[in-house]
Amino acid sequence: MSKKVIKVDMANRTRNRRRFLKLSGLGLAGAGLFVACSDDDYNEGMSPMPPTGEGIFDLGSGDLGVLNYAYALEQLEADFYTKVVNSFYANISDVERQVFTDLYNHEVNHREFFKAAITAAVGSNTELVLPELEFDYGSLNFGSRDEVLGTARVLEDTGVAAYNGAGRLISDPNYLLIAGKIVSVEARHASAIRSLINPESADFSGDDIIDVATGLDVAMDPSEILAAVGATGFITTQFTANNLP
Amino acid sequence: MNIIKFLDEFTTDNLIDGKTSRRDVFSKFGALSKKAAIAAVPFGLASVPKKALAQSMSADPVGALQLALTLEYLEDEFYDLALQSGVLPSGRPEIVYMQISKHEQAHVDFLRAGLEGAGVTPVEKPTFDFTVGGMFDPFNDNGVGQETAYAQLLALAQAFEDTGVRAYKGQAGNLLGSDFLTPALQIHSVEARHASEIRRLRGLKGWITNNDRGMGMPEATQAVYDGEENIVQGGVDVTTLGSDGPFTMEASSEAYDEPLSGDDATAIASLFIVN
Repeated sequence: MSKKVIKVDMANRTRNRRRFLKLSGLGLAGAGLFVACSDDDYNEGMSPMPPTGEGIFDLGSGDLGVLNYAYALEQLEADFYTKVVNSFYANISDVERQVFTDLYNHEVNHREFFKAAITAAVGSNTELVLPELEFDYGSLNFGSRDEVLGTARVLEDTGVAAYNGAGRLISDPNYLLIAGKIVSVEARHASAIRSLINPESADFSGDDIIDVATGLDVAMDPSEILAAVGATGFITTQFTANNLP
Repeated sequence: MNIIKFLDEFTTDNLIDGKTSRRDVFSKFGALSKKAAIAAVPFGLASVPKKALAQSMSADPVGALQLALTLEYLEDEFYDLALQSGVLPSGRPEIVYMQISKHEQAHVDFLRAGLEGAGVTPVEKPTFDFTVGGMFDPFNDNGVGQETAYAQLLALAQAFEDTGVRAYKGQAGNLLGSDFLTPALQIHSVEARHASEIRRLRGLKGWITNNDRGMGMPEATQAVYDGEENIVQGGVDVTTLGSDGPFTMEASSEAYDEPLSGDDATAIASLFIVN
Protein backbone atom coordinates (compact mmCIF):
# COMPACT_ATOMS: atom_id res chain seq x y z
CA MET A 1 0.00 0.00 0.00
CA SER A 2 1.39 3.32 -1.02
CA LYS A 3 1.29 6.16 1.42
CA LYS A 4 2.42 9.72 1.48
CA VAL A 5 5.41 10.04 3.71
CA ILE A 6 7.43 12.84 5.15
CA LYS A 7 9.70 14.27 2.53
CA VAL A 8 13.05 15.12 3.94
CA ASP A 9 15.84 16.71 2.00
CA MET A 10 18.94 15.28 3.54
CA ALA A 11 22.43 16.55 3.05
CA ASN A 12 24.07 13.60 4.75
CA ARG A 13 21.32 11.16 4.44
CA THR A 14 23.28 7.95 4.24
CA ARG A 15 25.43 8.62 7.25
CA ASN A 16 24.58 6.30 10.10
CA ARG A 17 21.45 5.12 8.41
CA ARG A 18 22.59 1.55 8.44
CA ARG A 19 23.27 1.76 12.14
CA PHE A 20 19.81 3.07 12.77
CA LEU A 21 18.17 0.32 10.80
CA LYS A 22 20.16 -2.14 12.80
CA LEU A 23 19.01 -0.76 16.09
CA SER A 24 15.41 -0.23 15.13
CA GLY A 25 14.86 -3.43 13.25
CA LEU A 26 15.57 -5.67 16.21
CA GLY A 27 12.78 -7.45 17.95
CA LEU A 28 10.07 -5.95 15.81
CA ALA A 29 8.33 -9.10 14.77
CA GLY A 30 5.54 -8.26 12.44
CA ALA A 31 5.57 -4.55 12.80
CA GLY A 32 7.88 -3.85 9.91
CA LEU A 33 8.86 -0.46 11.24
CA PHE A 34 11.63 1.44 9.58
CA VAL A 35 12.52 -1.36 7.24
CA ALA A 36 10.17 -0.52 4.40
CA CYS A 37 12.41 2.17 3.04
CA SER A 38 13.90 1.30 -0.32
CA ASP A 39 17.62 1.86 -0.55
CA ASP A 40 17.05 3.15 -4.06
CA ASP A 41 15.63 6.30 -2.62
CA TYR A 42 18.77 7.05 -0.70
CA ASN A 43 21.67 6.30 -3.00
CA GLU A 44 24.35 8.84 -2.57
CA GLY A 45 24.88 10.87 -5.69
CA MET A 46 21.32 10.53 -6.77
CA SER A 47 19.70 13.72 -7.88
CA PRO A 48 18.08 15.59 -5.04
CA MET A 49 14.46 15.10 -4.29
CA PRO A 50 12.21 17.46 -6.19
CA PRO A 51 11.58 20.69 -4.41
CA THR A 52 8.57 20.59 -2.19
CA GLY A 53 5.45 22.08 -3.61
CA GLU A 54 3.54 25.09 -2.47
CA GLY A 55 1.77 24.71 0.81
CA ILE A 56 3.96 21.97 2.25
CA PHE A 57 5.08 22.90 5.72
CA ASP A 58 8.78 23.16 6.49
CA LEU A 59 9.85 22.74 10.11
CA GLY A 60 12.07 25.78 9.88
CA SER A 61 15.59 26.46 11.05
CA GLY A 62 17.37 27.04 14.35
CA ASP A 63 15.54 26.67 17.62
CA LEU A 64 12.16 26.97 15.90
CA GLY A 65 13.03 24.11 13.59
CA VAL A 66 14.08 21.94 16.52
CA LEU A 67 10.92 22.77 18.44
CA ASN A 68 8.72 21.90 15.47
CA TYR A 69 10.73 18.71 14.99
CA ALA A 70 10.17 17.71 18.60
CA TYR A 71 6.51 18.65 18.26
CA ALA A 72 6.17 16.31 15.28
CA LEU A 73 7.71 13.41 17.18
CA GLU A 74 5.61 14.08 20.28
CA GLN A 75 2.49 14.21 18.11
CA LEU A 76 3.32 10.77 16.78
CA GLU A 77 3.99 9.30 20.22
CA ALA A 78 0.88 10.86 21.72
CA ASP A 79 -1.31 9.63 18.88
CA PHE A 80 0.12 6.12 19.09
CA TYR A 81 -0.48 5.81 22.83
CA THR A 82 -3.94 7.32 22.46
CA LYS A 83 -4.80 4.43 20.21
CA VAL A 84 -3.18 1.96 22.62
CA VAL A 85 -5.12 3.13 25.66
CA ASN A 86 -8.39 3.45 23.75
CA SER A 87 -8.32 -0.27 22.99
CA PHE A 88 -5.84 -2.16 25.12
CA TYR A 89 -4.76 -5.50 23.77
CA ALA A 90 -6.51 -8.49 25.32
CA ASN A 91 -5.41 -9.77 28.72
CA ILE A 92 -3.13 -6.82 29.38
CA SER A 93 -1.56 -6.98 32.83
CA ASP A 94 -2.20 -4.29 35.43
CA VAL A 95 1.43 -3.18 35.25
CA GLU A 96 1.36 -2.83 31.47
CA ARG A 97 -1.95 -0.97 31.61
CA GLN A 98 -0.42 1.45 34.11
CA VAL A 99 2.72 1.94 32.04
CA PHE A 100 0.81 2.64 28.82
CA THR A 101 -1.59 4.98 30.63
CA ASP A 102 1.36 6.91 32.06
CA LEU A 103 3.11 7.05 28.69
CA TYR A 104 -0.10 8.31 27.10
CA ASN A 105 -0.36 10.99 29.79
CA HIS A 106 3.26 12.10 29.45
CA GLU A 107 3.32 12.22 25.66
CA VAL A 108 0.04 14.12 25.39
CA ASN A 109 1.42 16.57 27.92
CA HIS A 110 4.64 16.94 25.89
CA ARG A 111 2.65 17.45 22.68
CA GLU A 112 0.54 20.22 24.17
CA PHE A 113 3.60 21.80 25.75
CA PHE A 114 5.35 22.09 22.38
CA LYS A 115 2.24 23.47 20.75
CA ALA A 116 2.03 26.13 23.44
CA ALA A 117 5.76 26.86 23.44
CA ILE A 118 6.02 27.22 19.67
CA THR A 119 2.85 29.28 19.49
CA ALA A 120 4.28 31.60 22.12
CA ALA A 121 7.64 31.78 20.33
CA VAL A 122 6.32 32.75 16.89
CA GLY A 123 3.94 35.45 18.08
CA SER A 124 1.70 36.55 15.25
CA ASN A 125 3.48 34.32 12.71
CA THR A 126 1.20 31.40 13.45
CA GLU A 127 1.91 29.88 10.04
CA LEU A 128 5.28 28.82 11.47
CA VAL A 129 3.68 26.37 13.93
CA LEU A 130 3.65 22.79 12.66
CA PRO A 131 0.02 21.88 12.01
CA GLU A 132 -1.70 18.94 13.64
CA LEU A 133 -0.47 15.87 11.80
CA GLU A 134 -2.50 12.91 10.66
CA PHE A 135 -1.53 9.31 11.21
CA ASP A 136 -2.15 5.90 9.72
CA TYR A 137 -0.67 2.77 11.24
CA GLY A 138 -1.47 0.55 8.29
CA SER A 139 -1.44 -3.10 9.24
CA LEU A 140 -0.10 -2.56 12.75
CA ASN A 141 -2.19 -4.73 15.05
CA PHE A 142 -3.09 -2.85 18.22
CA GLY A 143 -4.57 -6.08 19.54
CA SER A 144 -1.14 -7.68 19.60
CA ARG A 145 0.94 -7.25 22.75
CA ASP A 146 4.13 -7.96 20.82
CA GLU A 147 3.42 -5.40 18.14
CA VAL A 148 2.32 -2.69 20.54
CA LEU A 149 5.30 -3.16 22.86
CA GLY A 150 7.68 -3.52 19.91
CA THR A 151 6.42 -0.31 18.31
CA ALA A 152 6.53 1.52 21.64
CA ARG A 153 10.12 0.42 22.08
CA VAL A 154 11.15 1.81 18.72
CA LEU A 155 9.24 5.06 19.27
CA GLU A 156 10.85 5.62 22.67
CA ASP A 157 14.36 4.67 21.57
CA THR A 158 13.88 6.93 18.55
CA GLY A 159 12.73 9.77 20.78
CA VAL A 160 15.85 9.42 22.91
CA ALA A 161 18.13 9.37 19.87
CA ALA A 162 16.32 12.35 18.40
CA TYR A 163 16.58 14.55 21.48
CA ASN A 164 20.18 13.48 22.09
CA GLY A 165 21.05 14.48 18.53
CA ALA A 166 19.07 17.71 18.59
CA GLY A 167 20.67 19.14 21.72
CA ARG A 168 23.64 20.55 19.83
CA LEU A 169 21.27 22.29 17.38
CA ILE A 170 19.67 24.36 20.14
CA SER A 171 20.98 27.85 20.84
CA ASP A 172 18.79 28.96 23.73
CA PRO A 173 19.83 27.34 27.02
CA ASN A 174 16.22 27.40 28.22
CA TYR A 175 15.13 25.23 25.32
CA LEU A 176 18.14 22.98 25.85
CA LEU A 177 17.11 22.48 29.47
CA ILE A 178 13.55 21.62 28.50
CA ALA A 179 14.79 19.13 25.92
CA GLY A 180 16.90 17.63 28.70
CA LYS A 181 13.90 17.43 31.01
CA ILE A 182 11.95 15.53 28.36
CA VAL A 183 14.64 13.23 26.97
CA SER A 184 15.33 11.57 30.30
CA VAL A 185 11.64 10.81 30.67
CA GLU A 186 11.67 9.28 27.19
CA ALA A 187 14.66 7.20 28.27
CA ARG A 188 12.81 6.07 31.41
CA HIS A 189 9.95 5.03 29.12
CA ALA A 190 12.26 3.18 26.75
CA SER A 191 13.80 1.32 29.67
CA ALA A 192 10.42 0.32 31.08
CA ILE A 193 9.08 -0.87 27.73
CA ARG A 194 12.24 -2.86 27.09
CA SER A 195 11.98 -4.35 30.56
CA LEU A 196 8.37 -5.36 29.94
CA ILE A 197 9.40 -7.08 26.72
CA ASN A 198 12.25 -8.97 28.36
CA PRO A 199 12.06 -8.63 32.15
CA GLU A 200 14.89 -10.82 33.40
CA SER A 201 17.48 -9.22 31.18
CA ALA A 202 19.85 -6.33 30.56
CA ASP A 203 17.65 -5.08 27.72
CA PHE A 204 16.46 -2.00 29.66
CA SER A 205 19.80 -0.53 28.68
CA GLY A 206 20.86 -3.25 26.31
CA ASP A 207 23.99 -3.79 24.28
CA ASP A 208 21.87 -3.42 21.15
CA ILE A 209 21.42 0.28 21.88
CA ILE A 210 24.11 1.38 24.34
CA ASP A 211 27.64 1.37 22.97
CA VAL A 212 29.52 -1.20 25.02
CA ALA A 213 32.88 0.58 24.85
CA THR A 214 31.70 4.08 25.74
CA GLY A 215 28.43 3.49 27.56
CA LEU A 216 26.79 6.08 25.29
CA ASP A 217 23.19 6.05 24.11
CA VAL A 218 22.29 6.85 20.50
CA ALA A 219 22.24 10.39 19.11
CA MET A 220 21.02 11.09 15.58
CA ASP A 221 20.37 14.06 13.35
CA PRO A 222 16.85 15.08 12.38
CA SER A 223 17.37 13.92 8.79
CA GLU A 224 18.18 10.41 9.93
CA ILE A 225 15.29 10.27 12.37
CA LEU A 226 12.78 11.68 9.92
CA ALA A 227 13.90 9.38 7.14
CA ALA A 228 13.27 6.42 9.41
CA VAL A 229 9.98 7.75 10.73
CA GLY A 230 8.90 8.63 7.21
CA ALA A 231 9.63 5.12 6.10
CA THR A 232 7.08 3.74 8.54
CA GLY A 233 4.31 5.60 6.78
CA PHE A 234 2.78 6.36 10.17
CA ILE A 235 2.68 10.09 9.49
CA THR A 236 0.51 10.85 6.50
CA THR A 237 0.76 14.64 6.58
CA GLN A 238 3.63 15.85 4.43
CA PHE A 239 6.20 18.23 5.78
CA THR A 240 9.83 18.98 5.10
CA ALA A 241 12.91 19.56 7.21
CA ASN A 242 15.01 21.36 4.66
CA ASN A 243 16.67 23.63 7.18
CA LEU A 244 17.79 21.08 9.74
CA PRO A 245 20.84 18.83 9.43
CA MET B 1 43.67 17.75 41.02
CA ASN B 2 42.52 16.71 44.42
CA ILE B 3 38.86 15.87 44.67
CA ILE B 4 38.19 17.90 47.77
CA LYS B 5 39.87 20.90 46.26
CA PHE B 6 37.71 20.47 43.20
CA LEU B 7 34.55 20.11 45.22
CA ASP B 8 35.46 23.10 47.32
CA GLU B 9 35.71 25.13 44.19
CA PHE B 10 32.49 23.84 42.78
CA THR B 11 30.33 26.74 43.66
CA THR B 12 28.43 27.88 40.60
CA ASP B 13 25.33 28.86 42.43
CA ASN B 14 27.23 30.85 44.97
CA LEU B 15 28.85 32.77 42.17
CA ILE B 16 25.53 33.37 40.52
CA ASP B 17 23.46 34.51 43.44
CA GLY B 18 26.18 35.55 45.81
CA LYS B 19 24.74 33.47 48.60
CA THR B 20 26.27 30.61 50.48
CA SER B 21 23.23 28.46 50.49
CA ARG B 22 24.73 25.28 51.83
CA ARG B 23 26.44 27.04 54.69
CA ASP B 24 23.25 28.84 55.51
CA VAL B 25 21.26 25.66 55.49
CA PHE B 26 23.88 23.83 57.42
CA SER B 27 24.08 26.50 60.05
CA LYS B 28 20.45 25.84 60.86
CA PHE B 29 21.57 22.58 62.32
CA GLY B 30 23.28 24.66 64.94
CA ALA B 31 25.88 23.25 67.21
CA LEU B 32 25.98 19.72 65.86
CA SER B 33 29.53 18.62 65.52
CA LYS B 34 30.59 18.06 61.97
CA LYS B 35 30.97 14.35 62.42
CA ALA B 36 27.60 13.86 64.04
CA ALA B 37 25.98 16.11 61.50
CA ILE B 38 27.28 14.11 58.59
CA ALA B 39 25.51 11.05 59.88
CA ALA B 40 22.34 12.90 60.71
CA VAL B 41 21.79 15.32 57.88
CA PRO B 42 19.95 14.30 54.77
CA PHE B 43 21.48 13.88 51.34
CA GLY B 44 22.33 17.24 50.00
CA LEU B 45 22.87 19.06 53.23
CA ALA B 46 26.31 17.79 54.07
CA SER B 47 28.73 20.56 54.82
CA VAL B 48 31.34 20.49 52.14
CA PRO B 49 32.69 23.87 51.18
CA LYS B 50 35.30 25.49 53.27
CA LYS B 51 35.38 28.40 50.92
CA ALA B 52 32.13 30.18 50.36
CA LEU B 53 33.30 31.80 47.20
CA ALA B 54 36.11 30.46 45.15
CA GLN B 55 37.28 30.56 41.61
CA SER B 56 34.72 28.34 40.00
CA MET B 57 35.50 25.61 37.54
CA SER B 58 31.93 24.56 37.21
CA ALA B 59 30.38 27.03 34.84
CA ASP B 60 32.42 25.78 31.95
CA PRO B 61 32.63 22.48 30.11
CA VAL B 62 35.65 21.25 32.07
CA GLY B 63 33.98 21.82 35.41
CA ALA B 64 30.85 20.11 34.20
CA LEU B 65 32.84 17.09 33.07
CA GLN B 66 34.83 16.91 36.30
CA LEU B 67 31.59 16.85 38.27
CA ALA B 68 30.25 14.17 35.94
CA LEU B 69 33.41 12.13 36.42
CA THR B 70 33.11 12.42 40.19
CA LEU B 71 29.57 11.07 40.07
CA GLU B 72 30.62 8.29 37.71
CA TYR B 73 33.47 7.29 40.06
CA LEU B 74 30.92 7.05 42.83
CA GLU B 75 28.49 4.95 40.83
CA ASP B 76 31.23 2.76 39.39
CA GLU B 77 32.68 1.87 42.77
CA PHE B 78 29.23 1.40 44.28
CA TYR B 79 28.18 -1.17 41.67
CA ASP B 80 31.54 -2.93 41.81
CA LEU B 81 31.26 -3.34 45.58
CA ALA B 82 27.62 -4.35 45.28
CA LEU B 83 28.50 -7.12 42.85
CA GLN B 84 31.32 -8.32 45.12
CA SER B 85 29.24 -8.19 48.29
CA GLY B 86 27.23 -11.36 47.84
CA VAL B 87 24.17 -9.39 48.86
CA LEU B 88 22.54 -9.28 45.44
CA PRO B 89 20.15 -12.10 44.64
CA SER B 90 20.98 -13.95 41.46
CA GLY B 91 18.70 -13.47 38.48
CA ARG B 92 17.29 -10.09 37.59
CA PRO B 93 18.99 -8.02 40.34
CA GLU B 94 22.44 -9.35 39.53
CA ILE B 95 21.87 -9.03 35.77
CA VAL B 96 20.72 -5.44 36.18
CA TYR B 97 23.63 -4.45 38.44
CA MET B 98 26.14 -6.08 36.10
CA GLN B 99 24.81 -4.15 33.11
CA ILE B 100 24.77 -0.86 34.98
CA SER B 101 28.25 -1.50 36.38
CA LYS B 102 29.54 -2.06 32.87
CA HIS B 103 28.16 1.30 31.77
CA GLU B 104 29.47 3.25 34.74
CA GLN B 105 32.94 1.85 34.18
CA ALA B 106 32.68 2.85 30.51
CA HIS B 107 31.55 6.34 31.51
CA VAL B 108 34.53 6.75 33.82
CA ASP B 109 36.90 5.71 31.06
CA PHE B 110 35.13 7.87 28.49
CA LEU B 111 35.14 11.00 30.62
CA ARG B 112 38.77 10.53 31.68
CA ALA B 113 39.78 10.10 28.04
CA GLY B 114 37.72 13.13 27.04
CA LEU B 115 39.30 15.34 29.67
CA GLU B 116 42.79 14.10 28.87
CA GLY B 117 42.10 14.62 25.19
CA ALA B 118 41.25 18.22 26.00
CA GLY B 119 44.54 18.58 27.86
CA VAL B 120 42.94 18.54 31.28
CA THR B 121 43.94 16.31 34.18
CA PRO B 122 40.90 14.36 35.36
CA VAL B 123 39.98 14.66 39.03
CA GLU B 124 41.33 11.83 41.12
CA LYS B 125 39.02 9.13 42.28
CA PRO B 126 37.93 9.95 45.83
CA THR B 127 37.74 7.52 48.73
CA PHE B 128 34.10 6.63 49.23
CA ASP B 129 32.18 5.53 52.26
CA PHE B 130 28.85 4.04 51.24
CA THR B 131 27.91 3.45 54.85
CA VAL B 132 27.92 7.22 55.40
CA GLY B 133 29.65 6.87 58.72
CA GLY B 134 27.70 3.77 59.67
CA MET B 135 24.22 4.97 58.71
CA PHE B 136 23.95 2.28 56.02
CA ASP B 137 25.39 -1.21 55.58
CA PRO B 138 24.63 -1.90 51.92
CA PHE B 139 27.34 -4.51 51.45
CA ASN B 140 26.53 -6.30 54.72
CA ASP B 141 30.06 -5.59 55.95
CA ASN B 142 28.82 -4.83 59.44
CA GLY B 143 26.36 -7.69 59.66
CA VAL B 144 23.07 -5.92 59.11
CA GLY B 145 21.87 -9.00 57.25
CA GLN B 146 21.27 -9.75 53.59
CA GLU B 147 17.68 -8.58 53.45
CA THR B 148 18.34 -5.15 54.91
CA ALA B 149 21.59 -4.79 53.00
CA TYR B 150 19.83 -5.59 49.73
CA ALA B 151 17.11 -3.05 50.45
CA GLN B 152 19.83 -0.46 51.05
CA LEU B 153 21.66 -1.47 47.89
CA LEU B 154 18.51 -0.82 45.91
CA ALA B 155 17.68 2.40 47.70
CA LEU B 156 21.18 3.79 47.20
CA ALA B 157 21.20 2.74 43.55
CA GLN B 158 17.92 4.56 43.01
CA ALA B 159 19.23 7.66 44.74
CA PHE B 160 22.47 7.62 42.73
CA GLU B 161 20.77 7.08 39.38
CA ASP B 162 18.06 9.67 39.94
CA THR B 163 20.78 12.07 41.14
CA GLY B 164 22.88 11.32 38.07
CA VAL B 165 20.01 12.12 35.73
CA ARG B 166 19.39 15.42 37.47
CA ALA B 167 23.06 16.33 37.71
CA TYR B 168 23.84 15.78 34.02
CA LYS B 169 20.72 17.75 33.14
CA GLY B 170 21.89 20.58 35.33
CA GLN B 171 25.23 20.73 33.50
CA ALA B 172 23.79 20.75 29.96
CA GLY B 173 23.76 24.53 29.84
CA ASN B 174 27.43 24.64 30.77
CA LEU B 175 28.18 22.40 27.80
CA LEU B 176 26.19 24.46 25.29
CA GLY B 177 28.36 25.02 22.24
CA SER B 178 30.88 22.42 23.39
CA ASP B 179 31.70 19.18 21.62
CA PHE B 180 31.01 17.47 24.94
CA LEU B 181 27.32 18.37 24.94
CA THR B 182 26.18 15.46 22.78
CA PRO B 183 28.21 12.80 24.62
CA ALA B 184 26.97 14.17 27.93
CA LEU B 185 23.40 13.89 26.70
CA GLN B 186 24.18 10.35 25.56
CA ILE B 187 25.32 9.47 29.08
CA HIS B 188 22.40 11.34 30.64
CA SER B 189 19.83 9.16 28.86
CA VAL B 190 21.68 6.00 29.89
CA GLU B 191 21.49 7.11 33.52
CA ALA B 192 17.76 7.61 33.01
CA ARG B 193 17.39 4.10 31.61
CA HIS B 194 19.24 2.79 34.66
CA ALA B 195 17.10 4.85 37.03
CA SER B 196 13.90 3.54 35.50
CA GLU B 197 14.98 -0.09 35.83
CA ILE B 198 16.21 0.26 39.42
CA ARG B 199 12.97 1.98 40.38
CA ARG B 200 10.93 -0.74 38.73
CA LEU B 201 13.04 -3.37 40.46
CA ARG B 202 11.98 -1.70 43.70
CA GLY B 203 8.31 -1.87 42.71
CA LEU B 204 8.03 1.80 41.81
CA LYS B 205 7.17 3.48 38.55
CA GLY B 206 10.19 4.20 36.36
CA TRP B 207 9.44 7.93 36.57
CA ILE B 208 9.21 10.38 39.46
CA THR B 209 5.80 11.55 40.66
CA ASN B 210 5.73 14.97 42.33
CA ASN B 211 8.68 15.01 44.71
CA ASP B 212 7.97 11.53 46.04
CA ARG B 213 11.12 9.63 46.85
CA GLY B 214 9.02 6.46 46.78
CA MET B 215 8.15 3.62 49.07
CA GLY B 216 10.99 2.39 51.23
CA MET B 217 13.38 5.21 50.42
CA PRO B 218 15.14 6.60 53.50
CA GLU B 219 14.07 10.10 54.42
CA ALA B 220 17.71 11.09 54.04
CA THR B 221 17.31 10.74 50.27
CA GLN B 222 14.61 13.39 50.00
CA ALA B 223 17.09 15.97 48.69
CA VAL B 224 17.38 13.86 45.55
CA TYR B 225 13.68 14.48 44.84
CA ASP B 226 13.06 17.99 46.07
CA GLY B 227 12.12 20.17 43.12
CA GLU B 228 10.88 17.30 40.97
CA GLU B 229 7.33 18.50 41.65
CA ASN B 230 7.83 21.42 39.29
CA ILE B 231 5.05 21.82 36.72
CA VAL B 232 6.08 25.14 35.18
CA GLN B 233 7.99 24.53 31.97
CA GLY B 234 9.30 27.44 29.93
CA GLY B 235 7.09 29.75 31.94
CA VAL B 236 3.96 27.68 31.28
CA ASP B 237 2.06 25.78 33.95
CA VAL B 238 1.58 22.58 31.97
CA THR B 239 -1.38 21.50 34.10
CA THR B 240 -3.33 24.30 32.38
CA LEU B 241 -2.72 23.00 28.85
CA GLY B 242 -5.63 20.57 28.90
CA SER B 243 -7.85 18.47 31.10
CA ASP B 244 -7.99 14.93 32.40
CA GLY B 245 -5.18 12.44 32.94
CA PRO B 246 -2.32 14.01 31.01
CA PHE B 247 -2.64 17.32 32.84
CA THR B 248 -2.97 16.20 36.43
CA MET B 249 -0.33 17.34 38.89
CA GLU B 250 1.02 13.78 38.97
CA ALA B 251 1.34 13.30 35.21
CA SER B 252 2.60 16.83 34.68
CA SER B 253 5.41 16.32 37.18
CA GLU B 254 6.26 12.85 35.88
CA ALA B 255 6.49 14.06 32.29
CA TYR B 256 9.49 16.30 33.02
CA ASP B 257 12.61 15.49 34.99
CA GLU B 258 14.16 18.44 36.76
CA PRO B 259 17.82 19.49 36.93
CA LEU B 260 20.02 19.65 40.00
CA SER B 261 22.45 22.51 40.39
CA GLY B 262 26.12 21.68 40.55
CA ASP B 263 26.08 22.66 44.20
CA ASP B 264 23.23 20.33 45.07
CA ALA B 265 24.69 17.43 43.12
CA THR B 266 28.05 18.00 44.78
CA ALA B 267 26.48 18.09 48.21
CA ILE B 268 24.75 14.76 47.62
CA ALA B 269 27.90 13.11 46.29
CA SER B 270 29.99 14.55 49.09
CA LEU B 271 27.99 12.68 51.67
CA PHE B 272 29.68 9.53 50.40
CA ILE B 273 33.17 10.98 49.99
CA VAL B 274 35.71 10.57 52.78
CA ASN B 275 38.54 12.33 51.05
